[in-house]
Amino acid sequence: MFRITQNPAIDTVIKLVTVAVAMFAFVFVVMVPLYNVLCDVLGINGKTAGAAYTPVSSAIDESRDIRIQFVATNNEGMPWVFRPGSTMMTVHPGAANDTVFFAQNPTPDPMVAQAIPSISPSRAAAYFHKTECFCFNQQPLDGNASAEMPLQFIVDRDLPADIRTITLSYTIFDVTDRAANTLATR
Amino acid sequence: MGDHHHGPAKGLSRWLFTTNHKDIGTMYLWFSFAMFILGGAFAMIIRAELFQPGMQLVEPGFFNQMTTLHGLVMVFGAIMPSFVGLANWMIPMMIGAPDMALPRMNNWSFWILPPGFLMLASTLFMEGGAPAFGWTFYAPLSTTYAAPSVTFFIFAIHILGVSSIMGSINIIATVMNMRAPGMTYMKMPLFVWTWLITAFLLVAVMPVLAGAVTMMLMDIHFGTSFFSAAGGGDPVLFQHIFWFFGHPEVYIIILPAFGVVSQIIPAFSRKPLFGYASMVYATAAIAFLSFIVWAHHMYTVGMPVAGELFFMYATMLIAVPTGVKVFNWISTMWRGALSFETPMLFCIGFLVLFTIGGFTGLMLSIAPADFQYHDTYFVVAHFHYVMVAGAVFSMTAAVYYWLPKWSGRMYNENMGKIHFWVSFIGFNITFFPQHFVGLAGMPRRIPDYALQFADFNMMSSIGAFIYGASQILFLYNVIATIVSGKRVTDDRVWDGAEGLEWTVATPAPYHTFEVPPAIDPTPAHG
Amino acid sequence: MSFGNIIRALAGPVLAFASAAVFGQGNQVNMAKGVTEVGAEIYDLHMLILWICVVIGVGVFSVMFYSIIYHRKSRGHEPAQFHESTKVEIAWTVVPFLILIGMAVPATSTLLEAYNTDDAEIDILVTGYQWKWKYEYLDENGENVSFFSNLSTPQSEIYNSQTKGENYLLEVDEPVVIPVDTKVRFLLTANDVIHSWWVPEIAVKKDAIPGFINEAWTKVPEQGIYRGQCTELCGAYHGFMPVEVHAVSREEYDAWLAAKRADKVAQAAAASQALSLDELMAKGEAVYNAQCMACHGMNGEGGVGKAIAGSPVALGDIGRHLDVGIKGVAGTAMQAFGGQMSDVDMAAVITYQRNAFGNNTGDIVQPSDVVNHKKG
Repeated sequence: MFRITQNPAIDTVIKLVTVAVAMFAFVFVVMVPLYNVLCDVLGINGKTAGAAYTPVSSAIDESRDIRIQFVATNNEGMPWVFRPGSTMMTVHPGAANDTVFFAQNPTPDPMVAQAIPSISPSRAAAYFHKTECFCFNQQPLDGNASAEMPLQFIVDRDLPADIRTITLSYTIFDVTDRAANTLATR
Repeated sequence: MGDHHHGPAKGLSRWLFTTNHKDIGTMYLWFSFAMFILGGAFAMIIRAELFQPGMQLVEPGFFNQMTTLHGLVMVFGAIMPSFVGLANWMIPMMIGAPDMALPRMNNWSFWILPPGFLMLASTLFMEGGAPAFGWTFYAPLSTTYAAPSVTFFIFAIHILGVSSIMGSINIIATVMNMRAPGMTYMKMPLFVWTWLITAFLLVAVMPVLAGAVTMMLMDIHFGTSFFSAAGGGDPVLFQHIFWFFGHPEVYIIILPAFGVVSQIIPAFSRKPLFGYASMVYATAAIAFLSFIVWAHHMYTVGMPVAGELFFMYATMLIAVPTGVKVFNWISTMWRGALSFETPMLFCIGFLVLFTIGGFTGLMLSIAPADFQYHDTYFVVAHFHYVMVAGAVFSMTAAVYYWLPKWSGRMYNENMGKIHFWVSFIGFNITFFPQHFVGLAGMPRRIPDYALQFADFNMMSSIGAFIYGASQILFLYNVIATIVSGKRVTDDRVWDGAEGLEWTVATPAPYHTFEVPPAIDPTPAHG
Repeated sequence: MSFGNIIRALAGPVLAFASAAVFGQGNQVNMAKGVTEVGAEIYDLHMLILWICVVIGVGVFSVMFYSIIYHRKSRGHEPAQFHESTKVEIAWTVVPFLILIGMAVPATSTLLEAYNTDDAEIDILVTGYQWKWKYEYLDENGENVSFFSNLSTPQSEIYNSQTKGENYLLEVDEPVVIPVDTKVRFLLTANDVIHSWWVPEIAVKKDAIPGFINEAWTKVPEQGIYRGQCTELCGAYHGFMPVEVHAVSREEYDAWLAAKRADKVAQAAAASQALSLDELMAKGEAVYNAQCMACHGMNGEGGVGKAIAGSPVALGDIGRHLDVGIKGVAGTAMQAFGGQMSDVDMAAVITYQRNAFGNNTGDIVQPSDVVNHKKG
């Protein structure tokens, strides 16, 4: 054991305080990022990548039909009308697909929304690639305005064979205050 | 090591400024008993409301404040400080040290506790009431949806955490540096061993809890979103962090209890502890496993199936070292010369009821079955068998066992036995029926319930009042002993008791082992 | 599962006897067996582990009590001095380990079964709200049917002024209806805090987490009503958000779904009609009792929520009152009910609040007012 001071008890204390501080830091610098990595890898909570996927050109697997369901949920206090353009579509793995979600701000005031995606079954999340998504950014809408928000995605050809239905859910949150704060601090 | 060779100072300043491990231990013990009464009072309110279906006494929101504070006060105020108090009193005397390694820090780690709990209790009188999100304080109920008092709750947790960490550092420093010459690690009494391992667990996980509440604080006041999906966070992350602390915390509570039982059973069996070395290894194994099983509290959050399987298998494994311990205690009793004074009765009560709690723990570890048990009264029954019959019973046993050494007076044995039997029966009337209502489908943390749960809940409430009342007997017995108990002059007090603490005078002088004792060089435990 | 059957055959009478002997009929002491395949498997697993524990427990405690009885000092028993045995220690480490493996095998297969949500015929999105559930039946053509399911036990039963009914706290105004013998998938999420959707008899318990979806499934073989509750603490009224599942025949299910669709159309039409004060008051009272009373009190005296009787909102500007009802009050338990209630219900309950509890404003709020207010 290496010694820091003359007094062995003080030595022990210094080492243990270091451990305690390290464990406190561990929560922030290890657990949080590690959890996010595990979420991406294992699809915990059906989370999908937060950035656009760069498609690698691959053949379309026409032998498989995958049913994609779209679900929209408003979080508490979010007054927007928010719904999928189509609630269901059938796609082939490897093919690029387009759809839209419809959003309308019924209030007279401009608002900012953030959509959070989640996929079920969660193990499909790693095989569901979004090349363009309104969820990558906060979405502002003026009072009484409406918009069609685009989504482009590819289902990976390596999708496990037993998965035949994928549900993509978006929960939309009101982040007007948060967005305003960010602007104010800029 | 400060002032030697004189007795304690007089008056309030003795207690405020003391650096004596015995004084500090005494204060911890009294403080934890006060918290036990407070947490018990909250439990009485809960059980009174649940006495019959329908809302009678309190409003649902206040009911949730009661369940939350009951849990927090019992875990952080009663059980943990009581064992720290016991460690303060006994560890230096068990290893032949004159005091704790860091007496001044010892004083601080106690004296920041009362303000911490004052802050926690004051939330009851704040606008919006006390925390009402359960002692597990899951986000976002504890962040976005919490009453403003949550900020004070967070600071209180920080204070308690700092106190625990300081206490544990002190214990580790004492055990590692202050042992009398010849007191090797494998000669230490098991209570010292279990506390050493507990202290390492505390140093490792209390900062994690501090991290979790700090993140809450930042989410609430500084616009971060660790636990809010809206900003890219995840409420489930909170549960992972909380239980990464929370599961070792369970063992932090129970390991010192194992230590106490391992001291008392041999004394009243008049036979050495069976399998000393395997007890040490089992304790270490439990401590290690406690770090890799946390998500068994979260089987229903929708983890990937591989995760469920991993946590299920790891959790089931804990049954092995825990089983070893129970078998060792029973083998210690086997072919001994048993007598059944109050401390032994509480230890046997511990052994029976903790084993039942262990069995239900094993049942809960089975992930698919847990889908039916999770967050029902079955879980409530399980952890009260472990926490109350485990930690509190063994703590009570410890008080009866060492009280004569501390005070120089013998408690009233008949009253002690009555206390045991009333506690034991009251406890079982309270918590055994909770297995039934849990299996039958009663969720936990509800202020009102469907009619088919009525009979067992009434029984449970009656049991709780009996158990609660029996603690008044305990308090009376302890005070009567200190004030006017029959004097004990024998150093050993109990004929089967082994260990250095029994070699000093009774009552234990203010300063002990200022000259290190001579330790028998032959292996004490085989 | 033959072993399971043996266990069930043994356990049933023993437990029934124990409960009947001690507590009379009607007190369930064991887990619901579960009508579904997974439910039955979980029950068997539960009983298997329980009996293993009982057997081990009886063995361990017998040894202990033998010792307590025969190895007493008062009987003059001399203490032995043995204190270790490597062989014994190895035995009681290895044997429990093997028993655990024996438990892990069936547990793993049941778990995998419970996780297999593939190929469901019906998908229902379940959303937890403080303190109610919303069910949305997903439809390929976008014709989703959705509704809220509130506790229907009256406050007078909860506060003991009326005798409690048979299904006290386990009954709702709109149950979730599913057909039997059909694989139904539940997608679970939440609007505010974490909830957990549990129905013991179909062995489904899954957390509903705001922002994310979880999934669970069931295939109910028997028609019947299955009741459950929220099992994750979700705030003051956590104990008051039950689940009621009606499993019906396929025909009944189809008819029910069609009726729900028709209802949706009818409600839209109703929003354009004007109602009399009496009609609005009658409807408003029903809505108030189901949605508002828990927080605002039986007589509008307040509780978790502010008092309605004599409140500046209920006596003041109608627009402000509609705002509170439709958009809620941020940072409080007062939710935005605009998306949860039909326009007719909203108009009725606002009218009711303005004319009941001594708030005799005489104001009438029509559904069309609500529609116009929402447009801003």
